[in-house]
Amino acid sequence: MENSPLFKHGHTACAGCGQAIAARLVIEAAGPNTIIANNTGCLEVFSTKYPETAWGVPWIHSLFENSAAVASGIEAALIYLGKKETTNVIAQGGDGSTGDIGLQALSGMLERGHDILYVCYDNEAYMNTGVQRSGLTPFDTNTTTSPSGARSSGNIRPKKPVPEICNAHGIPYVATASAGYPQDITRKVKKAISIKGPKYIQIHVPCPLGWRHETNQMLPVAKLAVETGLYPLFEYENGVLANRRQIVPKPVEEYLKSQGRFKHLLNNPEEIKKIQEIADSNIKKYNLKAEA
Amino acid sequence: MKEFVEGSHAIAQIVQTCQPGVISAYPITPQTHIVEDLAQMVSSGELKSQFVNVESEHSAASVVLGGSAAGVRVYTATSSQGLFYMQEVVFNIAGMRLPVVMTCANRAISAPINIWNDQQDSISLRDAGWIQIYAEDNQEAVDFHLLAYRLAEDKRVMLPVMVCMDGFILTHGMETVDIPEQEKVNKFLPAYKPLYKLDPAEPISMGLLADPDYYMETRFAIQETMKESIGYLSEISAEFKAVFGRDYKDMLVEEYQTKDAEKVIVAMGSVCGTIKEAVDEQRAKGKKVGLLRIISFRPFPYARIYEALKHVPRIAVLDKAVSLGAYAPIAVEMKAAFYGKKNSPKVISSFVAGLGGRDITLESVEEIFRRLTAKEVNSDFIDLKPELLKEEYGK
Amino acid sequence: MFGPLTVKPLESKGDKTGSWRTQVRPYYLHKDCIACKMCLLICPEGCVSGKEKNAFSVDYTFCKGCGVCADICPKKDIVMKPEEGEQK
Repeated sequence: MENSPLFKHGHTACAGCGQAIAARLVIEAAGPNTIIANNTGCLEVFSTKYPETAWGVPWIHSLFENSAAVASGIEAALIYLGKKETTNVIAQGGDGSTGDIGLQALSGMLERGHDILYVCYDNEAYMNTGVQRSGLTPFDTNTTTSPSGARSSGNIRPKKPVPEICNAHGIPYVATASAGYPQDITRKVKKAISIKGPKYIQIHVPCPLGWRHETNQMLPVAKLAVETGLYPLFEYENGVLANRRQIVPKPVEEYLKSQGRFKHLLNNPEEIKKIQEIADSNIKKYNLKAEA
Repeated sequence: MKEFVEGSHAIAQIVQTCQPGVISAYPITPQTHIVEDLAQMVSSGELKSQFVNVESEHSAASVVLGGSAAGVRVYTATSSQGLFYMQEVVFNIAGMRLPVVMTCANRAISAPINIWNDQQDSISLRDAGWIQIYAEDNQEAVDFHLLAYRLAEDKRVMLPVMVCMDGFILTHGMETVDIPEQEKVNKFLPAYKPLYKLDPAEPISMGLLADPDYYMETRFAIQETMKESIGYLSEISAEFKAVFGRDYKDMLVEEYQTKDAEKVIVAMGSVCGTIKEAVDEQRAKGKKVGLLRIISFRPFPYARIYEALKHVPRIAVLDKAVSLGAYAPIAVEMKAAFYGKKNSPKVISSFVAGLGGRDITLESVEEIFRRLTAKEVNSDFIDLKPELLKEEYGK
Repeated sequence: MFGPLTVKPLESKGDKTGSWRTQVRPYYLHKDCIACKMCLLICPEGCVSGKEKNAFSVDYTFCKGCGVCADICPKKDIVMKPEEGEQK
């Protein structure tokens, strides 16, 4: 058996977890000379329940919101020890720990210019505590704290644009990726670690439990988010939009009907129209439409 | 070398001799002068540390956590709200057994916002798993930082140490301080060699989830180390004396005129200077009074205190902090130290003074001795303003 | 008393998550495999191995039966079959 020595099987993620796939791809792309600081969350819990660890690289978890700051300390120590040139530092966490409670620590890390890659695994809600909405939960999503009902069609706010917030810090590299495009994750991580300074990659990772789809639908669901324009894949290099994945846009309804979290919208054309407008706006903003 | 110097500058100088690899800094009064000085030293090249200007105290603590986990000696300083903001990281550092040393420039807690001294900040974090030592003057504050690193990095200890010094009174006070020379420091404090660290050559996972099968033993281990540290403090203090000549005895308490005393005040920090003066005055009048100064608040030296005070009929505990709705923090420990013991003081009264920087004067101390009667009192506030209580609170 | 909870990767054997499978398991047909390695790349457990055509296999000790490998296989050379009655 040749298994990944850097992120081993035997972890306790749910079957079909998009985050587990992405996490393995990230560390395999970064390689063994990497130190990871991890926020509290699903990934931390399912990969390092004492006395087990899935990680074959040095790995540390401190708190929910501070991986960017812990990684900053690690990076500073490596510089002091003269080992930074040969060691990558990755800070990582979920969407809540990155874009909500950990946004300040992340901003500090970016602004200070640490040579760290931050990876956000975006499954669009607080999954570890039972699917509560986060700042990165999409508009109209049904979660346990933004339930749809007679007077609500789910989450009332659009998704917080964390990649744009990171890009506004003037850092050299910002990218979005998706578990639906595994080779693209590998490429972007390799590119990111080849660049000195703070980098941010946000990876869309389906959560079968929280999104309510069959475990084997992980890939098609992730791809539909990209193909509809709801999760644009792009790269900013030094503040300039350098690349984006072009699409032949599919109607958002195809994506919405693939998951239980949007089921309440299917007979509600008015709400679907609003979501289509979000996709259209993304398509325009990032120039996603493939040329004929 | 002896220097007439502000407390904060003296602390920066001693931290420089400890040569931390990573320093994190976030401004908060009255701690800020320390990190300003360190920034200067890094800027001029005198100090080869990585100086990280963080965006909050939460990150200040997280940066030193990360630096320590990566295997280098680290330093940061804070106060008051800053300490509270980093609280969850403070607990985390102890739980991960990282030998971080941090200065706490003691200051009151908001609201109302107040930048002046009391000890509510560090005392409120007494359960965090940090060793807490309190300095009386700036010579001690300087020396305690050396002792703190030695203790924290001792392979039998591996716990963080908080050196507490009264804000403004010490941090901004000018005193003549003997700043130890680098060669002597090197003799006393060897280069830091971590027991384990984040290193790709030998990967480990740190900060794992511990379920009910594993959690409790981690707390037990810290509790045991705290108890053992009572002995290590005196051991390291003896080594300190051998190198630097200054004698802090067991580093647990200081006994001042307690042997034949009928009344003793128990206190912590810079106020003990004032109390010593009051004791001298009273002694000159033939009154048998004394002071027991607590140096180590965590671990709390119950047995040592019992031995020191079991013969004293009346004890007054002076707290510069309150536990609102309960007995004052040091008073609780003092009562516990004597509970159920055969020989113990007849009276252990508790007084609260100096909150939010209100001066504790010689008169305040005399007032405490006066109120230390056969009738035990608890959390009796000293130096309240009756007119203010009447005007603003209708009392 | 010192002994923080740290784990060395080599000391960790992981949980035998194969026991989670209750419904289906992947079955590698070994007929049309082109060794594109997509199954290996995408397995959330990282428990697929193999290099040559028609020689990929899954470690059932850890496989949770999510079916992502069967979904991604471009040659439909992996099928999900009911747990019961399947050979090990």
